[in-house]
Amino acid sequence: MDRFVWTNGLLEMNETLVIQQRGVRLYDGEEKAKLDVGVVLLSTHRLLWRDQKNHECCICIPLSQIIFFEEQAAGIGKSAKIVIHLHPAPENKEPGPYQHSKYSFIELSFKEHGQIEFYRRLTEEMTQKRWENTPVSQPIPTGPKAGRTRAVGIVGIERKLEEKRKETDKNISEAFEDLSKLMEKAKEMVELSKSIANKIKDKQGDITEDETIRFKSYLLSMGIANPVTRETHGSGTQYHIQLAKQLGDMLQAPLEERGGMMALTEVYCLVNRARGMELLSPDDLVNACKMFESLKLPLRLRVFDSGVMVVQLQSHSEEEMIASALDNVSDKGSLTAEEFAKLLGLSVLLAKERLLLAEKMGHLCRDDSVEGLRFYPNLF
Amino acid sequence: MSFEWPWQYNFPPFFTLQPNVDTRQKQLAAWCSLVLSYCRHQKLYTLDVLEAQESPVFNNKKIERKLSVEAIQVVFEELRKKGNLEWLDKNKSRCLIMWRRPEEWGKLIYQWVSKNGMVNSVFTLYELANGDDTEKEEFHGLEDWMLLRSLQALQAEGKAEIITMDDGKGVKFF
Repeated sequence: MDRFVWTNGLLEMNETLVIQQRGVRLYDGEEKAKLDVGVVLLSTHRLLWRDQKNHECCICIPLSQIIFFEEQAAGIGKSAKIVIHLHPAPENKEPGPYQHSKYSFIELSFKEHGQIEFYRRLTEEMTQKRWENTPVSQPIPTGPKAGRTRAVGIVGIERKLEEKRKETDKNISEAFEDLSKLMEKAKEMVELSKSIANKIKDKQGDITEDETIRFKSYLLSMGIANPVTRETHGSGTQYHIQLAKQLGDMLQAPLEERGGMMALTEVYCLVNRARGMELLSPDDLVNACKMFESLKLPLRLRVFDSGVMVVQLQSHSEEEMIASALDNVSDKGSLTAEEFAKLLGLSVLLAKERLLLAEKMGHLCRDDSVEGLRFYPNLF
Repeated sequence: MSFEWPWQYNFPPFFTLQPNVDTRQKQLAAWCSLVLSYCRHQKLYTLDVLEAQESPVFNNKKIERKLSVEAIQVVFEELRKKGNLEWLDKNKSRCLIMWRRPEEWGKLIYQWVSKNGMVNSVFTLYELANGDDTEKEEFHGLEDWMLLRSLQALQAEGKAEIITMDDGKGVKFF
């Protein structure tokens, strides 16, 4: 307790209050200090204590005097405590409540709780050591060595770890700085190409055909212009509308080949293989397909009960399909999905969907056995 | 006389519980009538579920199809709802099959009684079910529990009264 000095309790310039807690009694070592219960205050620079009843009585100790500290859990009849071990007092220390003490540690007893938060904040302040960055006007006596304190014991290890962490942080930020600079430059490049492309569009006469073509090919190789991309047509519905129209053209022939219906996965593969570059994402494909009906294109996106999604020609008639399915099954007596697929040249998935639909309509019934799932005409 | 299997019996889908609701209804109706007619033919009055699985009713070896345990339970539940089946235990492992309901039996018995002018006489249950006189009747050989229920049905209609005698039960017809 002899490290404490009297203070007026006012905070200095650059010093900020971090946390305060009332109901705290000080202990000189393990003995109760000859002070009453008070408020303990933690600032960026000091640990202060003020008597609750007598506000004039205020003492403090610089945080730099703290070697280390630990929590002591509450017991029966005992409040939780924080034990703080201190450096020996410097010789030029100002007067305080105690002239000397046989202990080099003090205890804060939290009679009204609050020790957890206080401990946390104290840890933070002791780690950050903000008092070192912003020296206050009032000279604060530090330990025997001026400037950096000795790096020994737990505190020393902690400090070293902290330094290492700061170093790593700095390195990472520096590395990414380059990347963000690169991104900036790339943005400029894209802006430049866009402006040139626009200029070409505007001033058709000034540049020769040849050069225009060459420039356009450069743009293409950079991945700009021509394919319906998000940049040229914006993202969102405009893009999807254009895309839907493109799909409408592209898919007519393949659909007719496959009997008017294709699973969405097949469409996805087909379209992306045809595009080569500027591939579509599954989401974009689905959203474009959803626009078929509103755009009055001759295609439809359809979702089966099982969740399978297909694109089918509008002219595709479900009843016809089911009737023909029933004929096929009756012909052969019974069919599995695989046999049906082979018969019609459809994918097994679509064949199964068709059979399931026919069953739902009541035209077929199923035979589920160890041999597999077969469909029969519904004779029931 | 050998049992005549219905056409569904040789139709493989018959042994798969159909997902389509309408189809299933028809399928279950066919199963109910098959079970009842089979039991009537074989004069079976009780069924054990585990044994039933292997019985020719639910297991058609020729087409290598059999009804799953779940499906059998569904069929039995259907029969119970119709009043043709009663569970003997909580675990649903044994049941009574009433291919003729007690009321129907009661009616048959009463018809025979009145036809032979034996109203107002007393019979023991044994006489009714196993006596020489009733040999040609359909209810000959009826199991006791079923006989009792039929007579109880008649009793409820006021056409009979069950009497407890020294060595068993008897019935008086009115």
